[in-house]
Amino acid sequence: MDVKVKILRYNPEVVDESEWKTYSVSLQPTDRVLDALHKIKWEQDGTLTFRRSCAHGVCGSDAMRINGRNRLACKTLIKDLNPEKEITVEPIKGLPVLKDLVVDMEPFFDAYRSVMPFLVTSGHEPTRERIQSQADRDRFDDTTKCILCAACTTSCPVFWSDGQYFGPQAIVGAHRFIFDSRDEGTEQRLEILNDKEGVWRCRTTFNCTEACPRGIEVTKAIQEVKRALIFRRV
Amino acid sequence: MQRHQYDVVIVGAGGAGMRAALESSKRTRTAVLTKLYPTRSHTGAAQGGMCAALANVEEDNWEWHTFDTVKGGDFLVDQDAAEVMCREAVDAVLDLEKMGLPFNRTAEGKIDQRFFGGHTRNHGEAVVRRSCFAADRTGHMILQTLYQQCIKQNVEFFNEYYVLDLLMVAGKATGVVAYELATGELHIFSAKSIVFASGGFGKVFRTTSNAHTLTGDGMGITWRKGLPLEDMEFFQFHPTGLAGLGVLLSEAARGEGGILRNKDNERFMERYAPTVKDLAPRDMVARAMANEVREGRGCGPDGAYVMLDLTHLEPAHIDAKLPDITEFARTYLGVEPYTEQIPVFPTAHYAMGGIPTNIKGEALASNDDVIPGLYAAGEVACVSVHGANRLGTNSLLDINVFGRRAGIAAAEYAATAEFEELPDAPEQFVVDLVEGLRTSTGDERIAAIRADLQATMDLNAQVYRTEGSLKQALTDIEALKERFTRVGVQDKGKRFNTDLLEAVELGFLLDLAEVLVVSALARKESRGGHFREDYAKRDDVNFMRHTMAYRELDAEGNVNIRLDYKPVVQTRYKPMERKY
Repeated sequence: MDVKVKILRYNPEVVDESEWKTYSVSLQPTDRVLDALHKIKWEQDGTLTFRRSCAHGVCGSDAMRINGRNRLACKTLIKDLNPEKEITVEPIKGLPVLKDLVVDMEPFFDAYRSVMPFLVTSGHEPTRERIQSQADRDRFDDTTKCILCAACTTSCPVFWSDGQYFGPQAIVGAHRFIFDSRDEGTEQRLEILNDKEGVWRCRTTFNCTEACPRGIEVTKAIQEVKRALIFRRV
Repeated sequence: MQRHQYDVVIVGAGGAGMRAALESSKRTRTAVLTKLYPTRSHTGAAQGGMCAALANVEEDNWEWHTFDTVKGGDFLVDQDAAEVMCREAVDAVLDLEKMGLPFNRTAEGKIDQRFFGGHTRNHGEAVVRRSCFAADRTGHMILQTLYQQCIKQNVEFFNEYYVLDLLMVAGKATGVVAYELATGELHIFSAKSIVFASGGFGKVFRTTSNAHTLTGDGMGITWRKGLPLEDMEFFQFHPTGLAGLGVLLSEAARGEGGILRNKDNERFMERYAPTVKDLAPRDMVARAMANEVREGRGCGPDGAYVMLDLTHLEPAHIDAKLPDITEFARTYLGVEPYTEQIPVFPTAHYAMGGIPTNIKGEALASNDDVIPGLYAAGEVACVSVHGANRLGTNSLLDINVFGRRAGIAAAEYAATAEFEELPDAPEQFVVDLVEGLRTSTGDERIAAIRADLQATMDLNAQVYRTEGSLKQALTDIEALKERFTRVGVQDKGKRFNTDLLEAVELGFLLDLAEVLVVSALARKESRGGHFREDYAKRDDVNFMRHTMAYRELDAEGNVNIRLDYKPVVQTRYKPMERKY
């Protein structure tokens, strides 16, 4: 079937303004939006620029705004989008656009790196593995699924309007360690998140949870971190 | 153009590159150059686990693991390397756990282990639980954990830098030239040691589990420098790719009890591997599946695939152990694995061959000569622990063990070596390559040439090969290389010019496909992942040896591929018939 795909194009090497361009593509209902973008790039316009790698939802390269919602292009099937209507594709919001669908990911990764997203321990390492019950392991399972695609952070209205807020992903990244029974860095990490630009900026709009292509309950994770801060207990 | 100087430069930020970086950056000034953001690498797509004889759930030891690796590789494995890998596997897993990797746990809180194809107790007696795992996203957890440690250790990354040339002076590796995607600017990195950890080249095939970005850049670069590539004819086809798509469904599905069935609902692996059945090594299962389809027992309207059956497993068990792959089936095929069988067919998955190295990760210029300052680890390398067929989970093990070794060796060498003077105009090769493509007025489309390459490789150089099919592939590749001289790039800009880079990557793919096919034509036997219908038996008398391919120029300046051979290192195990 023929599908119309409307893409927000931007290339400052050519012109300063972004503009919508519509392409007509022949697609199968089971094709993904990424297939549509590839067909446009490979058959019609080689200048169309976007990031992608694995093409099945595990590398996190191709988060974009599709019909107004943050999704991975490689996990969004044409048939799930009402292909009778034009499909719109634009870059994720709140990060500087560099070209077409490519945004500057550095602010996003900076936020992640700032929450100490690594296991903190003290004392001598055990000879064998650290012991952890499966129940303790399950406690933080949800937030280990994060692929750093930025779909959550760039769906957050607080993040859009405020250049300082960590954004949901950084809190997810911290949650994964705060609730890991092996970790001893919780106090420091909570202090970072207690900052005025930390978890308290979250307004619980659930955009992030809806945007997460991995099905992580992002808002719930943020709430758990808030509660840990209030009660100083995990 | 910018110039940089680091003691060690690592090319690639997947599992092997980051594992190397953790060692190297502890010891000396290190830069990691990667064409993707680190967590985008295809290590993250690995699912089922990483084997190590921890013996957490049943009796096991590293010697059994070594034997399985050697036998799984159809005895083309260098046994000294396999022994190193399987011995160090235990510490490699424990190291990851100490870095924070969230492994699944046993009732006692130890790292849990499960069955995996080709891994057995006591030299093939029965299957053994050896794979350490985190649900069906073990590779994702390894990639994330290594990146987290890199953050902790302040490893210096250059993200979205495409390394396009290796600089060599008097037989020594002295630096690399990189293209910065964001700006189109070239960067010259002078280094004492260079570690290639840039992954495989699965994109020579159409049906593949590999990422779009797996275009063999590292192998392509060293190949153009006249350095050898080893065992390139051995490519693994993973049995369970989603039919028509190639998306990987982990072998863990069978490790957890999944069964392959043909259109008669028969568990056909019982005929091919009576002892281990669905958990036979991948080459055998892939061939069995392709054979069922060829003999008319395939499923679907065209009989083009077989079914993976998980319907007898408890939904709760599936959710706990196989959440991601069952979601792939739902998302991409609309199949509900609780109640429906999943259409699957072999998918090009893993290059056993690559840049030859020794067990320290040092790259080789010939059978024995080391290239001072050059290292390789992971899928880009051939050490050779996988021989003619890699066992499932041994790639995650390989990147950890040999990534670590290469990182240490590179840093230790850098401590003793001096920076070498770079050649005059070190960027010239890359300037010519990139500007040649950017300014080309040719009208051939990149995607059309690539699609034709992938079509001929799928048709002629896949699970079943013959002299005729391989010659056809070679003829097609020659024609495609000719068309490639007229390839046009539409994007003429400097900024994020992925059009241009796709053309560069296609150049690597064409070169590597040719090496694969030429190596396969010469190997007139069947062994592991390389199956010749016209030579269906393994031939240890003539072919118990590694292929070493060299790029040479003749008097007229034409490129020729010269094949040489390297002996297989055998220590404990004598070749035997491979039955399961």
